[in-house]
Amino acid sequence: MSRATTAEPFSTRQDAPSVIEVRDLTVAYNESPVLWDVDLDVQLGKATAIVGPNGAGKSTLLKAILGLVPIAAGATRVFGSELNSVRQRMAYIPQRGSVDWDFPTNALDVVTMGRYGRIGWFRRPGKADRAIAEECLAKVGMSQFAKRQISQLSGGQQQRVFLARALAQEADLYLMDEPFAGVDAVTERAIVQLLHDVRDAGKTVVAVHHDIESVTEYFDNVVLLNVRLIESGPVSQVFTEENLRRTYHPPSHPIGFNGQGSTLRAGSEMTPMEAMLR
Amino acid sequence: MAFLGLDITWDSTLRNVILGSMILGLTSGVLGSFAVLRRQSLIGDALAHAALPGICLMFMFTSTRSSELLLLGGALSGLLGTIVLIAITRWSLVKEETALGIVLSVFFGFGILLLTRIQHSGDAGQSGLDRFIFGQAATILPRDVAVMGIVATVAIGLVVMMFKEFKIITFDPAYAASIGMRPGLFGAVLAGLLVLAVMIGLQTVGVILMVSLLIAPAVAARQWTNSLSAMVILAGVFGMVAGVAGSVTSSLVDRLPTGPMIVIAASIIVIVSLLFAPNRGVLSTYRSRRLRAARFKAELALADHHGVSRS
Repeated sequence: MSRATTAEPFSTRQDAPSVIEVRDLTVAYNESPVLWDVDLDVQLGKATAIVGPNGAGKSTLLKAILGLVPIAAGATRVFGSELNSVRQRMAYIPQRGSVDWDFPTNALDVVTMGRYGRIGWFRRPGKADRAIAEECLAKVGMSQFAKRQISQLSGGQQQRVFLARALAQEADLYLMDEPFAGVDAVTERAIVQLLHDVRDAGKTVVAVHHDIESVTEYFDNVVLLNVRLIESGPVSQVFTEENLRRTYHPPSHPIGFNGQGSTLRAGSEMTPMEAMLR
Repeated sequence: MAFLGLDITWDSTLRNVILGSMILGLTSGVLGSFAVLRRQSLIGDALAHAALPGICLMFMFTSTRSSELLLLGGALSGLLGTIVLIAITRWSLVKEETALGIVLSVFFGFGILLLTRIQHSGDAGQSGLDRFIFGQAATILPRDVAVMGIVATVAIGLVVMMFKEFKIITFDPAYAASIGMRPGLFGAVLAGLLVLAVMIGLQTVGVILMVSLLIAPAVAARQWTNSLSAMVILAGVFGMVAGVAGSVTSSLVDRLPTGPMIVIAASIIVIVSLLFAPNRGVLSTYRSRRLRAARFKAELALADHHGVSRS
């Protein structure tokens, strides 16, 4: 995958080290951008929520950071390096609905897949990998379901299996796409506990989050996104009613350019580029 | 009509047919498992049909009768068909199943046109090319069996070697990409192996029935197990059993074609598996649903008896 490079250097900020640096990031699947000119720094050792309406580009932001979608303009860096050299330090938890749960495999086997990035090409997971997978399954309270076919797990249990797989990656950065979507209360508490444990161990968590009510309780930092970056920073400073209003009801530009279930309003302050893209 | 006598076992034609059908069943079962799980089994169908014009063109240009060369032509046009299919899906608004129909019928129609021209030309009926339509196992020579064996060994060897990679790109391609696994690359390798499996089958079961040998053993195997490795092995075994059963049956009874018999044998395995497999079988799910309903009814009756409100 070719990645656009910009002449603009990444800033070296002194106050808090950035795990993820995003500069001028623009992503477009069709003619309209899903992300527009996003600049973002994610702080080390914090739990950060990405919040915004449907079609705001939250999942796409995660995927762009992981190099899973082509970037139209701008650049991203993780741990200050080019992506492929730090893949082993990143763990991605896709949306639960993105896979076929009737696949012939069991819970422990899925968690073992977390080791695949470390054991290298053409090699099989060994005893040590199995042991780590079992340990991670235990951490999410799923040991008794190790041998169960994955379609026979509840939604919350499936989400915990995905979390365990990420833990088995032994990463420093966890990127979660809606980990709380459609899970039961027990699972939600388990995920929050895990998220905080991981963070307290000095690792970094970034999660796409839908429930505005729980942002303050669960996360340290928040990224308010609606195609453009609205605001990002500590929850206490950034997560205000005014900023939320700007995120969910932006005054000057249309809600969501990509047309995915969002209405296109005639923007009065469109740039010529946006007007062309429309 | 002897019944499994020694004379049949030592008949060299039959031995070739049985060996060839076993190799075919094994390869298509193994690769069909991945095709079915990746929801790409119908691509195998388009690919098989698209092989016909390549086989005919190879014959017209080289006048060869060797199966390897003809199948090479088939593989090339099969690949071309697959590329056209992917191109249509990616760069037009035509949906995949429609594109499948277009590629399958256009390539097959063109193949039939070429075949008719060949059969009405000088060496009429001598080409033997029609064996590739419904298959004609009796035309399999020891040489063909050797080629099939080599191709199958390469294909299955690659599956064994890259099993972990194939598994993860099939189950969760986005996650696979996130750990640097390149789902596109491994998907292309799998598609290439599917081409090999189809080419192995064309002489025995033909372009029209080939797809059933990709789908049937895999679907049957999925019924009996919840592990991918077990499913792949079982599908290979089912494919081999169908190959042997089909070729032996057709040799025992006069005028029974081998290819269709193999497909019928595979279909019987599918029907039995769909009906009787534990947990996933129709009977098993029906029984457990009945048991559950009975238990709920009993619990509700008990609750009523104790005067607990049901609302």
